[in-house]
Amino acid sequence: MAELGSRPLVEASHVTRRFGSFTAVDDVSIAVGAGEVVGLLGANGAGKTTLIRMLLGLLRPSAGEVCLLGAAPSRRIRRRLGYVPQGLGLYVDMSVAENVAFSTRAFGVDLDIDALGPELAALGDRLVGEIGLGRQRQLAYACATAHRPDVLVLDEPTSGVDPLARARLWDRIRAEAERGVAVLVTTHYMQEAQQCDRLVMMASGRVVAAGTVDDIVGDLTAAEVTGDAWGEAFAALAGAGYQVTLDGRRIRVPGVDPTEVSTVLERASVGGRVASVPARLDEAMVVLDRR
Amino acid sequence: MTYGVRDLSVRFGEVEALRGVTVDVPAGQITSLVGGDGAGKSTVLRCLVGQVAPDAGAVDRPAKRAIGYMAPTSGTWRDLTVDENVAFVGGVFGLHADQLADRRADLLARAGLDGVGGRLAGDLSGGMRQKLGFVLAVLHRPSLLVLDEPSTGVDPVSRVELWRLITDIAATGTAVVMATTYLDEAERTSMMHVLDRGRVLLSGSADELADHVPGWIETVDAVDDPSRAWRRGRETRQWHASGKPPARALRAPDVEDVVIACMLAARERRDG
Repeated sequence: MAELGSRPLVEASHVTRRFGSFTAVDDVSIAVGAGEVVGLLGANGAGKTTLIRMLLGLLRPSAGEVCLLGAAPSRRIRRRLGYVPQGLGLYVDMSVAENVAFSTRAFGVDLDIDALGPELAALGDRLVGEIGLGRQRQLAYACATAHRPDVLVLDEPTSGVDPLARARLWDRIRAEAERGVAVLVTTHYMQEAQQCDRLVMMASGRVVAAGTVDDIVGDLTAAEVTGDAWGEAFAALAGAGYQVTLDGRRIRVPGVDPTEVSTVLERASVGGRVASVPARLDEAMVVLDRR
Repeated sequence: MTYGVRDLSVRFGEVEALRGVTVDVPAGQITSLVGGDGAGKSTVLRCLVGQVAPDAGAVDRPAKRAIGYMAPTSGTWRDLTVDENVAFVGGVFGLHADQLADRRADLLARAGLDGVGGRLAGDLSGGMRQKLGFVLAVLHRPSLLVLDEPSTGVDPVSRVELWRLITDIAATGTAVVMATTYLDEAERTSMMHVLDRGRVLLSGSADELADHVPGWIETVDAVDDPSRAWRRGRETRQWHASGKPPARALRAPDVEDVVIACMLAARERRDG
């Protein structure tokens, strides 16, 4: 396991990346310590992918510094890293066993397919393209962790799997963290975000919020409208240009004062009770993204 | 008016894709089907729109012209511009040119796609393309709108906009049914149906589901049965099938915990 004292295993200090006149990442600092699971959130175009590519050493920062396992990213350092891209990065025209052999050879480790557990071992001769997506995800994770990496980077690790399979994958991710691995998860799903120890939220290339879910939501509130006339309430508020969300039969307007919402509803002669409630994480993202 | 499927069973060769699935889709509401890949969500929706003929069961749907369907890949033509996509689908449904022009302007503005009419659909971001797919599905004012994973690949900010469009349509009386792999999204609909291996595992509004837990869910420090335990962030949960309530039983488990407990119970029943 990596021994860097108290230094984070992944560290970017004030990194900026420009493409021509466009600044994709603007003065971002982020750190992931041993045993930590950090979630990186942001809309498309927020700069998450560019930041990850710099952290992995695939892209040079225009300014600032990246440190991976105590050194500048290099091929040698990258061997101690495990990465599961969103598309899983498997070879669909090769069998399960061939995929395992290929990826373990690339990392210079020996791995017996039986070590992957009975479910995957039973599929050894099958083409990856023919097995279910849940199993593919399990395989990609096994391939990325076979060489016992010190740092794991996972791109939306549990998209498309059922809640039980998602819980099982998170069990494994947590077990890696407990063994001292630094885990960085990029996601735009709230359930994944809530599994992380700490979150970093990006918008337009910058870090706009960081901390636990509670830190990020902070004092942000939503005005919540309850009542039978949810359709009318929705039409009145959406028509007035508010960013309206739905929660069952309740209507919510994140980041807006309840008295303002009441006024709009009264003017449209729509009934309903309006209360101020804590914003959800996804609502906080919308509010922070707009600022 | 309520559409839907009743006691639906579908086989694809040796594979039993659906067994005894009943889902009501009432007008003016959003109904959701939630489950992982392969749970059977798409098959239910394809039966509902008439793309798959069930082996058993009944399907209640309006005439074909009154159905709007958005396929998982958004159903847009990538090599056509946004305007050409709208014109093409408008033509298929026989909308008159002046009708179509008004409808196009209104829907594209609501979807935040005004001003990109000349762009190729293939050049739009994932979120914009899904919103275009939505516009195409509702162009002819369907009374039943069927959306297969409309928010997959859509970032959180665009997702809020997509949800606004979906809610807008339901608020005007359309019966909406959507598939999603995400519980947090399904929770916002009036009625959610959790599918697992071709069957409905449980149904209800998010508030009702907590009552469906068989036994108890407990927060534990030490796990005594790993097959019945799972983690939520730094906490670990364990499910107990029966017995007295444990010391740290969750009084109001959230939907994620409820569904996991129900899936564990179903697996144990099936595997014996």
